[in-house]
This record gives sequence, structure tokens and C-alpha cells, in this order.
Amino acid sequence: MADVAIPRAKPQMSEDSAWTQLKHNRNWLGFWFMVPAMAFLIFFLAYPLGLGIWLSFTDTRIGRVGHFIATENYEWLWDDSIFWLSVFNTLLYTFVASALKFAIGLYLALLLNENMPFKAMLRAMVLIPFIVPTVLSALAFWWIFDSQFSIISWSLKHLGLISQNINFLGDTTWARICVIFANIWRGVPFVAITLLAGLQTVSPSLYEAATLDGATRWQNFRYITYPLLTPIIAVVMTFSVLFTFTDFQLIWAMTRGGPVNATHLMATLSYQRAIIAGQLGEGAAISSAMIPFLLAAIMVSWFGLQRRKWQQGESND
Amino acid sequence: MTDLPASKVDLKGVLSTPARVDNSEGMSYLQSVPRRMVTLYLPLAIIVIVLLFPFYWMALTSVKPDEQLLDLDKYNPFWTWNPTFKHFHKLLFESYYPHWLWNTMYVAVCATVLSIIASVLAAYAIVRLRYKGANLVGGLIFLAYLVPPSILFIPLATVVFQYGLFDSPLALILTYPTILIPFSTWLLMGYFKTIPFELEECALIDGASRWQILIKIVLPLAIPGLISAFIFCFTLCWNEFIYALTFLQSTSNKTVPVAIVNEFVDGDIYRWGSLMAGALAGSLPLVILYAFFVEHYVSAMTGAVKE
Repeated sequence: MADVAIPRAKPQMSEDSAWTQLKHNRNWLGFWFMVPAMAFLIFFLAYPLGLGIWLSFTDTRIGRVGHFIATENYEWLWDDSIFWLSVFNTLLYTFVASALKFAIGLYLALLLNENMPFKAMLRAMVLIPFIVPTVLSALAFWWIFDSQFSIISWSLKHLGLISQNINFLGDTTWARICVIFANIWRGVPFVAITLLAGLQTVSPSLYEAATLDGATRWQNFRYITYPLLTPIIAVVMTFSVLFTFTDFQLIWAMTRGGPVNATHLMATLSYQRAIIAGQLGEGAAISSAMIPFLLAAIMVSWFGLQRRKWQQGESND
Repeated sequence: MTDLPASKVDLKGVLSTPARVDNSEGMSYLQSVPRRMVTLYLPLAIIVIVLLFPFYWMALTSVKPDEQLLDLDKYNPFWTWNPTFKHFHKLLFESYYPHWLWNTMYVAVCATVLSIIASVLAAYAIVRLRYKGANLVGGLIFLAYLVPPSILFIPLATVVFQYGLFDSPLALILTYPTILIPFSTWLLMGYFKTIPFELEECALIDGASRWQILIKIVLPLAIPGLISAFIFCFTLCWNEFIYALTFLQSTSNKTVPVAIVNEFVDGDIYRWGSLMAGALAGSLPLVILYAFFVEHYVSAMTGAVKE
């Protein structure tokens, strides 16, 4: 009986150990742990990303399967003055808004880093514009910048600075200023709070030592704060540039690209061409044209991160 | 190995915290009170007022009677003595607003829960299982964070249509995780890294499986991180606009941001009151949530950037 039992038990044991081995195999376990996240990212991110580039080479419309037409969409866009206007707008919007967001955000972070009463409450309040859905605050700006009942026009008139209402969102220059202002308003809290987190890691004794050595406030900032903040600035500004560049909702809620396309960004133009006009291929070409810019932003981020690693020491992972 | 730097940092923190208070006072006595007034409080006050004014204006508009909204000369526009809840009443009882609010909540909660589950598993696998290529996958997930919805919505619209999800909340529940998973995975990876290896080793020796370790040891220790990720994801969902605008069509299925922009914006000159009431009611849930979890929110925001 014992003779029979042993050979029977043996294969069972090896089967068991194969199963346990598999259960403890990191690669196998890791694979199963990654499945849900990877499924989402492959089906709804990687695949559409590729599909978008493919669509840009076809003449697909809503409700009609497209044919491959090579670079015709891009050639068409090359001669399209509205497309170039949207590229110009996007670059202007991104550049001006990001630069000002950085300047004001850094300034606000430095102010919030000082010792003062109600510090925590102030910080919490500053972040509110970032919490509220962009579209909803954009609607508030729409109302503030109303052509007839704008509170800004009213205040300026009562201060005697202007005699006529300013047509904020009806004039091309004013409309650009208004959307850029709204974008800065929304982005400053993010920049300020993240930079503040970076500032708090800077040891105060550095400033003390520098002050004893006779450094001015500007020198304190230039030679202590700024170099220590550089890595976090790189990351924050990459994100800021990326999200400003691809902004859609703020413009859509405030101007829908008007007046005379003066505030059309590439994202809003691609929505208008693809979804409203139904030219999916052309819309996809416009959004694919954003990819080179995004890659440039990612490269900046990458080198920013590298530099940070180098500062901290490579082993600190 | 992981303990040593941590205890060092703690020690430094303990030593420097009382010292830091002294230091900052020591530095700030160099500035006189009037000087501080001009260089600190005045600019700060201006920035905070500019940042908060739109909300004040939103709230004020939503309770002003119509005639005061449009007559700026007879009434002081910055205040009202006879607030009305007419606009909110209209919003709640004469429109689909409660419906939209429910849709937004439903989509946000489902998408957030899905993404958190997926990212807990992914983050744990990347940080602790360290399977072959884990670092590469971590990098790819970070890259996925950088792919904006604005370049994905056109192909996603065709995908959603193919899968027969068009105009259903499921389209949003399944697409939002593409925005949320990269972010929350990255955030949770940071949290998991701070949990000492030794705890897991002990559990492994005691015969716990990886699954048990994750559920019974790692997750309870990572609760602050989970809350941060949850709140941030929820806010992102609530804020999302372009997918909801593209994938939903029927009025009753819309989410709050899309519905307000599309349904409330008509030619009516008296629309402002209800428009602002709608915007306020759509923001309040998030602001209240934020008020309770400020710390978590800030750590989510800064954590994802620092990592």
C-alpha cells in the first residue's frame, strides 16, 4: 500500500510545487497585477493614439468609413490660413500664459512661504480656483467679461477711466487677453502650491548663513532658492505648458474660438472640424499636428528629471 | 536600508522644527512692520482677492433678483439686500439639473473606483514585485500621463461608437481611467515605496500570499495615499469636459459642466442668474470635499510632481 501511495503522491507534489512556484513567480504575478491598468491604457489610450494618427491619413467622416489618402489632409491644412492662425494662437496662448503663470506662481509661493497669521487657511483658499471645474469658473469669467453688464466695465466707468463699455469677448485683442487671463487665474494656484512644497524643503539655515555673509534678498533668491528649485520648476512648467497647449474647455466655454477665430486653439479647431463639421480625418490631422510640440515638452521634462536625479545621487531611487 | 534614511530625516525634522520657528522669526525681525505690509500683505491680498473674486461674483449673481442683475445704476452691483432663491428653485425643479448632478457623481465615483483598483495593483506590482521590465512600464505609465485628452477624443469617439457605448455613461466610466490611472499609479508608487520592506518579509515568512500582503499590510498603511488619489481623481472626473462633450448626446445623460454650457446658454437675457446658480451648485460639492481633505489634496498634487 505504501508502495502505491508514494508514486501517486509524487506527481501531485510536483504539480503543487509548480503551482506554488508560479504563484511566487514575480513575473507571472506581476503580469496579473498589471492586467487591469494595462487593459485600460492599451484599449483606451495606446490604441486610440495610433488610430488618431491613422485617421489623419484618411478622409473619414462621421458615419462613413474613410479611405487612405496619404498626406492630403496635411497638405490641405498647410494652405489653410485658419489652421495657421490657430497654431499662432496656441503658441501665443501657451507662451504668454505659461510665462506669467510661472512668474506669478513663484511670487505667490515665495509670499506664502513667509511666516504670517492664518497661513494654512490662506494656502487652502489660494487653491480653490484649481478645484472648481474649469468650465464653471470659465462661465463666471464669461459673465464678468460680458459686453453690456461687465462688472469691470462698470467699475472702470465709475472710476472715470473709460467712457464706453469694453467689448471684452467681442474684440480680437481683448478676447485673447481675457482667455489668457482666465487661464493664468486657473493655473497660478497649481504652480504656486507645488513650488511652495519645493520651497519648504529648502533649509532656512542656508538663508541665515547667506544673510550673515551680507547677501541681499535678491541674492538669496538667485543663488539659493532658484538653483534648489530648478528641478521642481522643470517638472511643474512642463505640466503647465502641456496642459495649456492642449487646453480646450476654457476656450470652449468662454468664446468657442471666436471672435473671427482669434481665440481658436488647435484643440478647439480640431473639435470644430471633426465633431461639429464631421470631418474626422481633418480633425485628427490637426490634433496629430500637436504631437511634435508635446514631444518637445516631454523632452524638457525628461531632462529636468535627469538633472534632479543627478543632484540627488543616482542611487537614491 | 530603507529605515536608515527615514530615521535620519525624522531626526532632522525633530531637531529643526523648533529651530525653524526661531529662525524665521529671527530673519523676519529684519523687516519692519510697514515694510512687511508693502512687500508681503499687500501683494498677497491683491492676489487672493483676484483669485476669489469670480466665486464671490458667481455666488452673488446666483442670489440676485433679475432686475438688479441688469440694472447696474440703480442698485449697487457689489451687494444685494434682497437675495432670492428663485434661480436655484428653477434649477432644481424646472430643469434636469438634479439628473445631471447625479450623472456626474455616478460617472466620477465609478471611474475613480475602477482606476484606484487598477492602479493599486499596478503600483504594487511595479514597486514591490519588481517583475522584469517594471521600471520600463513605470516610465511608460508616466508617459501616458502626458498624453492629453485633446488629441485622443477624435479616435476615442470612433472607438466608443464601434463598441456601441455612444451616449451612455459607460463610455465615460471606461475612458476616464485613461486620465486617472497614470496619475494615481504614479502617486501610489510613491506611497508604497515608503512602506518598509521588512513588514512584507515578515508576512512572507509567516506564509502570507502576495494578495494577503497587499490587502492586509500595504493598503492599511497606504490609506492617506489612497484618500489623496481618490479625491484627486474624483476632482479630475468632475472637471473633465471634452470627452463628456463628445461622447454624450441626449440632454438627460449629460454631466454638469457639459449640460450647463450646452443647455443653459440660450438667448435669454435673464439667463445669468440660473447660469451662475448652476455653476455654483456644480462647484460646491468639490469645494466641500476639498475643505475636508485639504492636506490630502495638496499632497496628491505635489506628490505626483515630486515623484
